[in-house]
Amino acid sequence: MENTLKVPTMAELFAAGQQPEVLFWVGCAGSFDDRAKKITKAFVKILNKANVSFAVLGTEESCSGDPAKRSGNEFLFQMQAVTNIEVMNAYEVKKVVTACPHCFNTLKNEYPGLGGNYDVVHHTQFLKELLSEGRISMEGGQFKGKRITFHDPCYLGRANGVYEAPRDLIRKLDAELVEMKSCKTRGLCCGAGGAQMFKEPEKGDKDINIERTEQALEIKPEIIAAGCPFCNTMMTDGVKNKEKESSVAVMDIAELIATAEDL
Amino acid sequence: MAYIPNIIFALLLIGGLGFFAKNVLRLRRNINLGKDVEVSDNKPQRWKNMAKIALGQTKMVVRPIAGFLHVIVYVGFIVINIEVLEIIIDGLFGTHRIGLKFLNEGVYGFLIGSFEVLAVLVLVSVIVFWIRRNGIKIKRFLSKEMTGWPKSDGNIILYFEVVLMCLFLVMNATDSSFQALDSGNLISQYIAPLFSGLSESSLHLVERSAWWVHIIGILIFLNYLYYSKHLHILLAFPNTYYGKLVPQGQFKNLDAVTQEVKLMMDPSADPFAAPAEDAPDPEKFGASDVADLSWVQLLNSYTCTECGRCTSECPANQTGKMLSPRKIMMDTRDRLEEVGKNIDANNGIFVDDGKQLLGDYISHEELWACTSCNACVQACPVSIDPLSIIMDMRQYLVMEQSAAPSDLNNMMGNIENNGAPWPFNQMDRLNWSEES
Repeated sequence: MENTLKVPTMAELFAAGQQPEVLFWVGCAGSFDDRAKKITKAFVKILNKANVSFAVLGTEESCSGDPAKRSGNEFLFQMQAVTNIEVMNAYEVKKVVTACPHCFNTLKNEYPGLGGNYDVVHHTQFLKELLSEGRISMEGGQFKGKRITFHDPCYLGRANGVYEAPRDLIRKLDAELVEMKSCKTRGLCCGAGGAQMFKEPEKGDKDINIERTEQALEIKPEIIAAGCPFCNTMMTDGVKNKEKESSVAVMDIAELIATAEDL
Repeated sequence: MAYIPNIIFALLLIGGLGFFAKNVLRLRRNINLGKDVEVSDNKPQRWKNMAKIALGQTKMVVRPIAGFLHVIVYVGFIVINIEVLEIIIDGLFGTHRIGLKFLNEGVYGFLIGSFEVLAVLVLVSVIVFWIRRNGIKIKRFLSKEMTGWPKSDGNIILYFEVVLMCLFLVMNATDSSFQALDSGNLISQYIAPLFSGLSESSLHLVERSAWWVHIIGILIFLNYLYYSKHLHILLAFPNTYYGKLVPQGQFKNLDAVTQEVKLMMDPSADPFAAPAEDAPDPEKFGASDVADLSWVQLLNSYTCTECGRCTSECPANQTGKMLSPRKIMMDTRDRLEEVGKNIDANNGIFVDDGKQLLGDYISHEELWACTSCNACVQACPVSIDPLSIIMDMRQYLVMEQSAAPSDLNNMMGNIENNGAPWPFNQMDRLNWSEES
């Protein structure tokens, strides 16, 4: 059964004199990329089910500026940041949740210096909060006993020290969490960070996402779990390259939970 | 005449320390060529980091084999150097084993005994290190940047340590009064028989020679530091103190850009206003040479001991790209040394040599291969941040030279025009909510 998503915008709530509990920062990938849009929708389904009062900026949202900053274009980054901060401050945003570790890192760490002070959390942290507050319940369902490995996004893990929230959620699914040889602080990048997502890689022996996919396939997972739309794309491409897409799925943590709950 | 050895010793000591002091001043001058940066915040955390990372070696043991051996050599280095204090006093005042005057035999024996045991452990570790560097093929010691001087440098340090440790043990073994004491000669008692055929005077000659060569060796080693990757034994401490305290993902916001952006966003600003007569030249964005980097980044480069853990964790390097974070640090130091020598040769003023760090040392290809994943920063056992240098140089390429790869220019054009890295209309940003 396909429920229609309830996705209020900040503008609508503001007009009605309401303030949501949290702003869901969708990000560019989550808004436009076909694969990432599924993650966005899965997350919204969970938010709807848990009756979380949230809103999105919709057409008032603009790129966080992360890829511009990592490319070296500080001007463009700050223009984006200042514009976004103006919008969020006008709506008196206090708390932000996002499913993109790049937006998460930028909003959490780099916006405060430019006048944007919010409590920013990654969606895996937010889902864990919901779980511990009893606002969502989780059962393994179809993931019970499945071998799942988690690929640490650089901008969630090393960059911000968040390693356990996504893993706790996987464990809650009664799945068998298996670790790749490079994980947590020593996790290997998927190859998309630092604006690499938007350019061809430099000359080398192989692409980084292939190397990382090989590490994942070594431990024979049924699912490679990700927490970043860019990692998701890179790992999905890697699995396709190895012709394993029929036996190994690449899924975001939000998709795992939404699927387990039949949402 | 009886004072001649004392005088020679004092002169050697003054010479050795004086030359070292001169190099320390040069080091300081070179580091201060970097831009000022605010690092006076959060002192308690900084001291804690220094205690944990430099003193406590917490990041060394992430790799257990190299880490464990390194801890032995490090503890040996610090502890055995207590002996140098006795050597210096003996040398200056013509005494012999002055420690025995102040400590009872048991305590003195315990100290020297521990030095001897540590000396053997250091010898074993150093031999394993040598085999790791020259025998078994460990990838991070075989990279392109590790040929020539860097390779010899690594081995010379090991030879130094072997020679110094052997001299220390021989010095004890041939000291007949010390052997007669039979306290603290834990190891040297087994070396002493090797010299049993020698007459009393020859034995004394060997003992004196070992003693002199040992202290001279230490002074030479001290002065070798400045020219070597081994500088880390000193600079690891300030470097970990000044290391990054904010989350690794937090890159600094450029203040100069913030000023300009504020001006652009200010509706009352006059877009045609000419800059004031006395306005300073606009600041250069990013870094193309060492003087554009901060002094902490320059300190980083002198601290690097070329262990290559950064490079072996780098995803770009692992997949055969040109980028090696270690090379970024080595290039920065080499260029800084070149600039320093230029200043020395030109009476304290840098004369343009037509070279710079970007291009002459570090290529565009290396810089663009970085995924900014922070693996190199995480891997460094002494809190060096190669990523910050890469990012500063990218800023120069993009903001001063418009020299980004064309794909990235397209991406940035999209962000500017429609607020996303892809060419989608910002008005379509919420369309996903209505798609099934």
